[in-house]
Amino acid sequence: MMVRRARFVLGCLLCAALSLAAAHSAPAAELRIGLAADVTSLDPHFLNVAPNNNAAWQIFDALVNVDANTRLVPGLAVSWRAVDATTWEFKLRKGVKFHDGSDFTAEDVVFSLERPATLSASPGPFTSFVKPIVAKKIVDPWTLRLKTAQPYAMLPHDLDSIFIVSKKAAAGASTEDFNSGKATIGTGPYKLVRFARGDRIELVRNDAYWDGQNGKLASWDKVTLRILPEDTARIAALLAGDVDAIENIPTADLTRLKANPAFRLEQKVSWRTLFLHLDQYREHPPHLSDKSGKPLAKNPFMDARVRLALSKAINRKAIVERVMEGNAVAAGNLVSPPVFGHVPELKPEAYDPAGAKTLLAQAGYPDGFALTLYAPNNRYVNDEQLAQTLAQMLARVGIQTRVETLPASVYFAKARAGEFSCALLGWGSFSGDLALRALIATPDPVAGYGAWNWGHYSNPKVDAMLKQDFATLDDARREALAREAARLALKDVPLILLHHQLASWAMKKDIAYSPRTDEYTFARDFRPR
Amino acid sequence: MAAFVIRRLLQSALVLGVMSLLVFVGVYAIGNPVDILISPQADQADIARAIAALGLDQPLWKQYFVFLRQALSGDLGKSFAYNIPAIQLILERMPATLELALAATGMAVLLGIPLGLWAGLKPDSWAGKLIMGGSILGFSLPTFWVGLLLIMLFAVELGWLPSGGRGPTTLLFGVPVSFLSWEGLRHLILPAANLALFKLSLIIRLTRAGTREALLQDYVKFARAKGLTNARVIGVHVLKNIMIPIVTVIGLEFGSVIAFAIVTESIFSWPGMGKLIIDSINVLDRPVIVAYLLVIVSLVILINLAVDIAYSLLDPRVRLGAATS
Repeated sequence: MMVRRARFVLGCLLCAALSLAAAHSAPAAELRIGLAADVTSLDPHFLNVAPNNNAAWQIFDALVNVDANTRLVPGLAVSWRAVDATTWEFKLRKGVKFHDGSDFTAEDVVFSLERPATLSASPGPFTSFVKPIVAKKIVDPWTLRLKTAQPYAMLPHDLDSIFIVSKKAAAGASTEDFNSGKATIGTGPYKLVRFARGDRIELVRNDAYWDGQNGKLASWDKVTLRILPEDTARIAALLAGDVDAIENIPTADLTRLKANPAFRLEQKVSWRTLFLHLDQYREHPPHLSDKSGKPLAKNPFMDARVRLALSKAINRKAIVERVMEGNAVAAGNLVSPPVFGHVPELKPEAYDPAGAKTLLAQAGYPDGFALTLYAPNNRYVNDEQLAQTLAQMLARVGIQTRVETLPASVYFAKARAGEFSCALLGWGSFSGDLALRALIATPDPVAGYGAWNWGHYSNPKVDAMLKQDFATLDDARREALAREAARLALKDVPLILLHHQLASWAMKKDIAYSPRTDEYTFARDFRPR
Repeated sequence: MAAFVIRRLLQSALVLGVMSLLVFVGVYAIGNPVDILISPQADQADIARAIAALGLDQPLWKQYFVFLRQALSGDLGKSFAYNIPAIQLILERMPATLELALAATGMAVLLGIPLGLWAGLKPDSWAGKLIMGGSILGFSLPTFWVGLLLIMLFAVELGWLPSGGRGPTTLLFGVPVSFLSWEGLRHLILPAANLALFKLSLIIRLTRAGTREALLQDYVKFARAKGLTNARVIGVHVLKNIMIPIVTVIGLEFGSVIAFAIVTESIFSWPGMGKLIIDSINVLDRPVIVAYLLVIVSLVILINLAVDIAYSLLDPRVRLGAATS
């Protein structure tokens, strides 16, 4: 508490000084970027977490890349198509060189697709992306065919997550070889110079970058990624001129940074959606009772009217404006606007406390009931304040709400164990059908459906539609199916959608950045202005 | 003395064993890193496989037994998140933390003892009052806040010093140190000063109190009566007698400086062990947490041992054998 208050006070002080701060922005040949999270390893196949992937993206490419709007674009594969129901064919890019000068070939791709499965001791393995592949065939040096057991539409999507390493450099390499740079040979826009764990990553431009002919050659010949996880330290480093750009700006500092002429902000709606999971499978879920603490006759969340009432009780506009200080967008969809499968006509539920009360009365809860809302307190932007605000809004329609926040390390284990009946979760997905599969499909460990469906909402029609969706190899038809499944499911209010976060970057005024929905900070996307 | 040291070390082994068990049970009770680190797209089978691959599906006693067996052969396990041996991870960060702790302690001692002595000798002078007033501030201001103020003033406003991070390192006897270059020193000044502030105040107050007390003692009066110079009275008779409590505190505080440099390391992005342990706790990287605490406890034990030995050198009346009975 002490620290948090001190942090707040100092945050304010820092900001007050913002206007006085001078940005010493002499045009330098080196770009220094402050990153908000530690990179644990440069082995691109070891741990699938955003900070590590972000670092890997500077050095490596995938067959399929993702653009700023999370849509698939050609990477090391120039094109891909389904040859038959269970075979995908990838045409590889010709003339691509690895950082050591050797040629990129289909052999490197096959090696890279097989490597994740050889790294078993990972708490976040990449194997989920390659396990649908049952056979790989090199048709000719520039054509690769991948077979899946069942028709599987998501393969190009999944291959966006598998970085292509040089077989020659990475064969038999350990994580340590990647950290030292020995095996860190990619085809990406930057080459690794030095990785100082917990401190910085130094990069130098790859002048032979394959996308260079399209004017995509990186602007700076040297880049240093500084690891600055402490928010105030990261902002101070920008203000002091120790770095040229930073990612992940706390909402409290955004307004003041906006007002400072020495710096610029770039923002984009993030792929992360926040929502509440509601227990819909247990007769008597934990932490749910009437107002005097006595257990309820049945689980109110099983009634769609109650779920809708909860949704109507929430003033999303106020949350966006006050809690998020304008740095969010109210959500009516599981995925944020640029993402595949977003349904534009699904609007955020309007704030309607009277309607909520009526619905509660109709469902047999004229006096409401009592619940405990669980939320992490160090995972999402302003998550604790968000939970407190939600509790007050629910209280206003007669649902007495207690808030319990926990650190993420404690929270997720408990949530997975089913200890909560109303819990906050944030989710980033590259496509709407994937989000539906994880969050809303009936939990089915064999099929891999509903792995994060904490509330166990179940709708066989949605499940069937998703199965059809994942077997549909044509993108336009698949997106139509994904939208229809989302429409069908969200009509039932399976979870309470809240908002999509905005991702923010701040930089010196003579630098520009093309912000990304996936929140990644790519050195090559910074340009001098 | 040898018997004393051996007995101390045996006790330490017991402490380390108990501590590792406590940490093990504690982390086990909280959860497992897979729940935090697994990708959103992973399905139930992926999650189960990852948990099993790390051995986290085994019963607690079995996991602890495996750990003990490996630990006794000198292997504290691989970090879950970094995939390299935990002990290597910690040892690679240790020079940065030790450098910061030594610089802070050095600052505190080199400034604290003369200032405290001055305040003790001239308690009614304005300088003495100023020193004591300043030490109250040093005590009561939170490190976090002072650190940010230092950054605001010297890095953001004046632009004299970098806002954080560690400067370039050079090898000194195989250990990477940063204080040998000007750039490295510039990076070291602010975090070391921030970390030193509390100890500085502590040493000032201890020295002052000790000095005031010693000045009233008969041996000081006698020394003066003998006609010794003021410098000799203070430098030898007073200083040597007040050193025992000061050495104790410097020793104990050095341990806590290493263990609690976390706050300073976070604000100044100093790549030391403190930052590592925070990250590791956040993702429940148990091998690193256990190894870190084992290293810290060992360090504190060694420092205490060194303090006990320093006593006996400073004051021949102290017998080490008696210290444990």
